[in-house]
Amino acid sequence: MIYMFLPAAAFFSAFFILPMCRLFLVGGSGAIGWRAYSVIVTDSNYFNALLATFGVALATTVTTLLIGGLVGVFLQRYRFPGRSFLMAIITLPMAFPGVVIGFMVIMLAGRQGLIGQISMALGGDRLVFAYSFLGLFLGYVYFSLPRTILTIVAAAEKLDPKLEEAARSFGANTWHVVWDVIMPGLKPALISAGAICFATAIGAFGTAFTLATRINVLPMVIYTEFTLSANIAMAAALSFVLGALTWIVLALARSAAGNTVAAAA
Amino acid sequence: MSALVPQALSIRLQGCAKTFRDGTRALESLDLSISAGETLVLLGPSGCGKTTTLRLIAGLEQPDAGGKVFFDDTDVTTLGIEARKIGMVFQSYALFPNMTVAQNVGYGLRILKMPKTEQQVRIREMLAMMRIEALADRRIDQLSGGQRQRVALARALAVRPQALLLDEPLTALDARLRDALRVEINQLLRSLGITTIYVTHDQAEAMALGDRIIVMSHGRVEQIGTPREIYHQPGSAFVANFIGSMNQLRGVVTPQGFTCSAGCLNWDRSGVAERVLFRPEDVSIVTSSEFAELTGVVKASFFMGDHTRLLVDVGDEAPITVLDDARCPQAVGQKLYMRVAPLGLMSI
Ligand SMILES: Nc1ncnc2c1ncn2[C@@H]1O[C@H](COP(=O)(O)OP(=O)(O)OP(=O)(O)O)[C@@H](O)[C@H]1O
Ligand SMILES: [Mg+2]
Repeated sequence: MIYMFLPAAAFFSAFFILPMCRLFLVGGSGAIGWRAYSVIVTDSNYFNALLATFGVALATTVTTLLIGGLVGVFLQRYRFPGRSFLMAIITLPMAFPGVVIGFMVIMLAGRQGLIGQISMALGGDRLVFAYSFLGLFLGYVYFSLPRTILTIVAAAEKLDPKLEEAARSFGANTWHVVWDVIMPGLKPALISAGAICFATAIGAFGTAFTLATRINVLPMVIYTEFTLSANIAMAAALSFVLGALTWIVLALARSAAGNTVAAAA
Repeated sequence: MSALVPQALSIRLQGCAKTFRDGTRALESLDLSISAGETLVLLGPSGCGKTTTLRLIAGLEQPDAGGKVFFDDTDVTTLGIEARKIGMVFQSYALFPNMTVAQNVGYGLRILKMPKTEQQVRIREMLAMMRIEALADRRIDQLSGGQRQRVALARALAVRPQALLLDEPLTALDARLRDALRVEINQLLRSLGITTIYVTHDQAEAMALGDRIIVMSHGRVEQIGTPREIYHQPGSAFVANFIGSMNQLRGVVTPQGFTCSAGCLNWDRSGVAERVLFRPEDVSIVTSSEFAELTGVVKASFFMGDHTRLLVDVGDEAPITVLDDARCPQAVGQKLYMRVAPLGLMSI
């Protein structure tokens, strides 16, 4: 037992406790002392950035799970020409740095972007949303979808087709099958894919750096505090809060789902 | 109990063949009718098409063009399993892991939108029938194999299906439990009077449960008959050898009887026979050569508990099997005199 506990404890302190403690202490060591933490809530600049960050991450996670779940199950079930090619190129976005993804969003929805040109051609206004929440959200979804789809495909392979047949033998329609068999079966995969997606969207910097000119998200604020204002304490305080909140959200999601997962195991 | 099943269904397959998309011919054209309330067992070696036949009846597979499935007089060929109102029990049980035992049993009732209180009554009734009331709130992963089997049966029967289809329901259980559950299922099916199709590759199970047995091999029906017919009048060499153990002797018909290398058997049936078959239990050991029809030498002896199984060399291709006393069997190497009951002789 102890042999398993020790490496786990070492891992946990090296990757979690020690950095977080250090960040927490540095956060309180600036000119305004521990008030750095209360400022995050009282200063609307910081607080809005915090809300924006979590809002985009949440929207990204929900959308990615929805699309990824549908596409993943579809890809696992149906064999069609070009399927293996699709499976092979699907991981492509994961190889791109965030900046490249940001650039692609600009090409799509920027001032010279495809969507703008099409909307003009159709006689409307030039549609530009690359530099808004929507642009950021698009970039994050694009980046997170492949991993989610692959996770779902792998999990869908393991679903027992007999369960579905059993449900259908009682007259279950497609919705029953989805809710009673497929969703419970995919739940662990959805949770882990969702957690990774959420954490990635919270911390993604490259995409935000390219796109977040009009909106503030926390990674950008931290970057600004750190490099431009040289306010290391504030950067640390913000980082600590970002990390702690992310951890709390993921822990809550896990335990909320965990109750039902335990029942499903 | 028979009130549990509204009215039994008769099922008819007409010209049902099945070729899978990859070209595998799983089933040759099959005609079959199952009368209302009957228990029909599909028996055969692995890969012979039992599951495919069952899935055709269930509506999980479609027969090749031209094949038709009738429930009573209604053509249900194009109906999916959702519309066929049958109960299925799978070898792997296929219980919903995210639901309790009671929720599993009540699943079909929920789909039927039965009022909640009625559902509770029905669930309790089913749990009582399968004697698993105490497990109602358990999760599926907290059940033993035998308990899961009971839950699967309760779940299938809770909706009072028109017919019950079981695919090797006992194969995953150990021998002792299998015997116990086999007896229980047999009593249950008799008391319910429900039309049942039962797939197995275990001949003892087939004999014990079936009103009729279909022996299949390589996607073809070898024989359909009652367990007694299948056992005592096998229609083909395959059936003869697949069911129970069978001895075989080559020889010719002479005025004295059937003459083979080991002696002469009492054979008064007309026609030619190059081979006769008989079961070990129809061979008796006699003490003197005077009454002997066959003579052989004991090659090997296996103690089986209630009897001893002798392999006796009679100068034919394969030795014959003879049953002997459990306590004082013949010794290996000993010369053996035998008679075969005339009724037990068959030729195919
Ligand atoms: N979906 C499928 N696609 C292609 N071939 C299949 C498919 N399902 C079954 N087969 C083939 O059809 C034949 C009959 O299979 P089936 O499952 O009916 O056998 P079975 O008698 O139930 O065997 P077992 O006792 O092993 O369960 C086998 O050769 C099998 O490989
Ligand atoms: Mg099978």
